[in-house]
Amino acid sequence: MGAVVQARTGRPFDLSKWAVLPALIGTAIFFVVPLGVMLLWSFWQRIAGKLDKTLSLANYERFFGRDYMVEGLTNSIEVALITTAVSIVIAYPLAYIIAYRIPERWQRFAVILAVLPFWTSYVIRSYSWLLILSERGIINGALIGLGIIDEPLEMGYNRGATVLGFVHFFAMLLTLTIYANLVQIKKSYRLAAADLGASPVQVFFRITLPLSLPGVAVGAFLTFVIAIGDYITPQILGGGQELLLPQAIMLQVSRAADFPMASAMSMTLMVVVTVTYLVFAKYLKMERV
Amino acid sequence: MSTLRHLPAMAYLILAYVFIFLPVVVLVLFSFQDGLLPVPPFEGPSLKWYARLIDNSRLVEALGNSVLVALVSALTATILGFLAAYSLARREIFLAGAVRYLLMAPLTVSYLIIGMGLVITFSMIGIPKSLFAIGIGHVVINLPLCFAIVYSQFGEHQRNIERAAHDLGASDFQALVLITIPMLQPALLASFCLAATLSWDEYIIAFLLSRFDVTLPVIIFEMMSAGLNPVLNAAGTVVFAISIVFVLLAMVLATGRKRSHDDAIG
Repeated sequence: MGAVVQARTGRPFDLSKWAVLPALIGTAIFFVVPLGVMLLWSFWQRIAGKLDKTLSLANYERFFGRDYMVEGLTNSIEVALITTAVSIVIAYPLAYIIAYRIPERWQRFAVILAVLPFWTSYVIRSYSWLLILSERGIINGALIGLGIIDEPLEMGYNRGATVLGFVHFFAMLLTLTIYANLVQIKKSYRLAAADLGASPVQVFFRITLPLSLPGVAVGAFLTFVIAIGDYITPQILGGGQELLLPQAIMLQVSRAADFPMASAMSMTLMVVVTVTYLVFAKYLKMERV
Repeated sequence: MSTLRHLPAMAYLILAYVFIFLPVVVLVLFSFQDGLLPVPPFEGPSLKWYARLIDNSRLVEALGNSVLVALVSALTATILGFLAAYSLARREIFLAGAVRYLLMAPLTVSYLIIGMGLVITFSMIGIPKSLFAIGIGHVVINLPLCFAIVYSQFGEHQRNIERAAHDLGASDFQALVLITIPMLQPALLASFCLAATLSWDEYIIAFLLSRFDVTLPVIIFEMMSAGLNPVLNAAGTVVFAISIVFVLLAMVLATGRKRSHDDAIG
């Protein structure tokens, strides 16, 4: 075999050597350069409709100096954290039941079913929740029909609705990552623990749960990072009471056309995501999921 | 284990599936609503909102645009991803680890930030807002996935067959086209279908990079600000149906790949 490899060297044109270049150049031009440009713009300013290209930290000072902008950031972090926690609480039992309580030949079907609505349009899914939560929607209809309430509840257009929309999406994602982890845990571990006298509760808390944490960590990381950067769900379901950071960024773009400010806010968002990654990094063993 | 012990687990399973499917069922059901609002009581079934959908030339045009952008950007991302995977799987590339990391990096940045970086950069270098610009954005977000899918399917058994082809006098290019691509065909199709689905569904980059020609999610989002409307249900149902076709296709192809792989080694 070594001879074959030898024979292949020294060709005039070796395709496999250069094939990586188009993707690499594309990523450099359309991903790395735009991020660099944004970083540069975040130090510029838009004053009276004109671009002022002197470097300054003015946008960042403005961001951290205005309560409503800092609130946008803290609101986003809160919503992303609540979303992540609730999604784990809902997804873990589901993944556990599919992995350990459903016969093996049905598991694949159960998993596919559990993530099928993942593929409805992201925009449309938020709209569907609006239908369900609206004043004349099916929840109010059912509650009034059952005589539990007389007047329809206002359930859409608030933080709870945003979190609900998020949890619906990310519970599916977490079910997938946790399930993938659970089915890899060797059954013999649990049997050995039981043989040594552990109760089912002890087996769960001392064997299964610790071994499934990588799957939880990967799913939780993806949930937090995607949720904190999402504009669509809070914009459709959240109403106007509070702004999340991506909404505040889009306001700078669409209303004020202030790209330097929007860039500074985006860079701040990227820093939050990077810090999250560093916190999670030691738990993130992607190859286990 | 007794049936009784299974009861709480099964109850939870059913509740979870109800939660997961509730929005889809409501969306699809009320797309057949006969009344003016997509809320109970359900009257119908009626296809009038689908008729309204077909009559809406902006929606139909946007649907065409979405299909075009999805197919072209998915094809581009798959080809670039395949070439990069081929290179990294077959050669000792200089700084291979860094290259892999760079190719996967766009996955870690939110679509909003990628989109905004492209808006600013395009305005500086003079690429106008257009379907072409949206397509570039979608290649950027899908390339990491396409690369990862194809890269994970490059294995030693294919390499041996490629070597055999080389021994028999095939050039690099011949081995690539006659051996490597056919063997990777399921992974390539799966990657194409996934990329097409994600592009087809993408809103924020398409919104930021479009002016006159818009894609379907952009129109749907715009219509949503006018309130609940059964036409949106009909449009959403159509979008969902097309996505599911693509996803199932990708899944069937990926499974087929795995099976033939198992056959090959087993």
